[in-house]
Amino acid sequence: MKVRAQIGMVMNLDKCIGCHTCSVTCKQVWTNRPGAEYMWFNDVETKPGLGYPKRWQDQEQWKGGWELGRNGKLKLKAGGRLKKLLSIFSNPDMPQIDDYYEPWTYDYDQLIKAPLSEHDPVARAESQLTGRRLENGIQWGPNWDDNLAGAPERIHQDPLTAGIEDQVKATYEQAFMFYLPRICEHCLNPSCVASCPSGAMYKREEDGIVLVDQEKCRGWRFCVSGCPYKKVYFNHNTGKAEKCTLCYPRIEQGQPTICSETCVGRIRYIGLVLYDADRVEQAASTPDESGLLAAQQGVFLNPDDPEVREQAARDGIPDDWIRYARRSPVYALAHRYKVALPLHPEFRTLPMVWYVPPLSPIVNTLETDGYEADPDDVFPAIDNMRIPVDYLANLLAAGDSEVIRGVLRRLAAMRGHMRKREVLGEHDEAIAATAGMSVEEVEDMYRLLAIAKYEDRYVIPQAHRELADNLMEQQGSCGLDFEGGPGNCGAVPGKSPAGAGAGVRKAQTEIEGFMLTEEGEDDEPVRLDIIKMLGHRGDGSRGGSDGDTGGDGLADPAGAAG
Amino acid sequence: MSFWDVLCWIMLPYAAITVFIVGHVWRYRTDQFNWTSRSTQLLDRKTLGWASPAFHYGALAAIGGHVIGLCIPESWTHAVGISEGSYVWIAGVAGGVAGLVTLAGFLGLLYRRTTSVRVRQRTSWMDIFTYLLLTVLILMGCWMTFGWTLFTDDPYNYRGSIAEWWRSLFYFDPDVEAVHGSPFIYQLHAIVAWLFWGTFAFSRLVHAWSIPLQYLGRPYILYRSRSPQAEPMPRRAGEVTETTGRSPR
Repeated sequence: MKVRAQIGMVMNLDKCIGCHTCSVTCKQVWTNRPGAEYMWFNDVETKPGLGYPKRWQDQEQWKGGWELGRNGKLKLKAGGRLKKLLSIFSNPDMPQIDDYYEPWTYDYDQLIKAPLSEHDPVARAESQLTGRRLENGIQWGPNWDDNLAGAPERIHQDPLTAGIEDQVKATYEQAFMFYLPRICEHCLNPSCVASCPSGAMYKREEDGIVLVDQEKCRGWRFCVSGCPYKKVYFNHNTGKAEKCTLCYPRIEQGQPTICSETCVGRIRYIGLVLYDADRVEQAASTPDESGLLAAQQGVFLNPDDPEVREQAARDGIPDDWIRYARRSPVYALAHRYKVALPLHPEFRTLPMVWYVPPLSPIVNTLETDGYEADPDDVFPAIDNMRIPVDYLANLLAAGDSEVIRGVLRRLAAMRGHMRKREVLGEHDEAIAATAGMSVEEVEDMYRLLAIAKYEDRYVIPQAHRELADNLMEQQGSCGLDFEGGPGNCGAVPGKSPAGAGAGVRKAQTEIEGFMLTEEGEDDEPVRLDIIKMLGHRGDGSRGGSDGDTGGDGLADPAGAAG
Repeated sequence: MSFWDVLCWIMLPYAAITVFIVGHVWRYRTDQFNWTSRSTQLLDRKTLGWASPAFHYGALAAIGGHVIGLCIPESWTHAVGISEGSYVWIAGVAGGVAGLVTLAGFLGLLYRRTTSVRVRQRTSWMDIFTYLLLTVLILMGCWMTFGWTLFTDDPYNYRGSIAEWWRSLFYFDPDVEAVHGSPFIYQLHAIVAWLFWGTFAFSRLVHAWSIPLQYLGRPYILYRSRSPQAEPMPRRAGEVTETTGRSPR
């Protein structure tokens, strides 16, 4: 067992209202510049729909992700190392920008400079690739098929409708849709990293974030085609690949990603998942596609298990991270309650952004025939839901609709239980039992899904600077600890050796000790206020209170488990 | 030796070699971010699909031919029993095929770069200069192969002249006399080639040194630590090879 920590995300599709705030704030922060116009590290797709880029889910076309070879071994779907090198001069699976869309702006000058005329001046669209007017008009754009626009012509071009065309209708009365916000999956077994010939892409050991080294990238483009989610993009200005960074500068400060921070529907959860790095390949090689979900869940480690915690500590995972892992909403939703599912597990990358499938609308298609669903009898409704279970299964369960039914049953049970409790004032353990859960579990899950506060949704430990680089010392924030200086920054007066060398190191560790521990820091009587300020800079009062209450709260389950 | 002799056959080569080496070191150390193939496949993949592989594979073959022709002395091939006639025939046919494939691919790329507005927009002045040099070099190379080697009764033996001079440069004893009397087109080809090598480090061509052969022997999944002190790939890569089915250590 080799324990690693991974920052994961869960999105509750039941609550996504498709407002695109996540996409817009992400764009403002990361991709609002030349060469990146067409990139959306975060995008929100309407399902059913073509997606972005068009038909990205169809790996027979794009050859992204992994597959099992005839010998049962995992291999890249686009071919092995030698094949990649031989086709390096023209990547056969590379999308063209029109598969995303041709980015454009408008000739806004015209609005101001047009001479007086009878009709209002019009700002016409100009390509951001060529600077020329789009003569044929705008052919496609981000979310072109938002809210089922153009569905009657195109709905069956959605690869997920293959085989269930009769269930996916575009007529108004029978139509269904839901939103799918997508970011990089920061997979446990990332095929983009495996596809990069230069070795420029890597997974961070500490938190599992997948990044592109902009200095090492040579623009060979195999990451773009190798990612089955098409979440690595090619900057046509710099000639380098770029991707969602999971806002690592924020994550390192214990803050949620910008898409999560600004999510209007509060659909997103961020937390740690501990996993066994030794079992990743084995899980990704599970012969049966429908077994991949269980296999990935099997890779996750239970942070409440004392053995896991001991091994995690031995593998260098800091104590506070282990405590955060125990409070992780991602682990809770994906593993404890088993209501979150990975996006396209059949790509075999072991993605780490999971989704709670949408339960609503429970409106029965039979309603038009005079049938009305009994609100207390939610289970039969699942199979008559507006969104076909098979469609969700193609998206989130490699086609295994039983998995979806199980999740929807648990979600429906939660609704039924809470409805009885809140509306009818009844306490009924039966509903929870039918979903195989205890009342406590159902109500905990309800709290997490329905009313969780900011600090319950985002349980993100700060990065440990003493394990990386001491930025604070580099920046010289402490003006006393220079060579031959008085020293004592963050140290108890008189306790730290006044001087250079060891003294600086000592002071530095004590600063870190203060900044990073959350409990039991009161063993030393005197602390300089300025350090206190520095220590809580970045996470503000929220982080502070999070640490305080969280620390106390965490101590109990630890005792209970141990 | 005239002034022009010294300029073209001694100063130019050594200046080009110096700039080539110093330029590469400088650029590698200061400009990693712009060290890329600067691919435009994203913008237009139509012609690129056949033209780019044709150009690159043709060029690699042609480079190989140059290395053989310039580096291996005539006496060596004679020693292993290859007569001048058969050498010319082999070199002419192989070089002719390589030249034609390169030329076809290059024309395809040139056509694409000039007619596709998207690609043209991404073309820098340095790119244009590089394209210009390549056009001249490839056309002259093809002409020498076909006009002076293959379809002639009296193939020109550059190995007895130009190649001697070329090798002498690296002994730091330039044999300018060896160039004298060689056809003008061979001399011009050599001079333009030195301009090409002299500007190589400052063009997009540097991506040629980044052919990722190390990919063949690398574990698939790479981990790096945030810690800058830790070595990035090699040490850590071993740990994760379990995910790739390759033996870790």
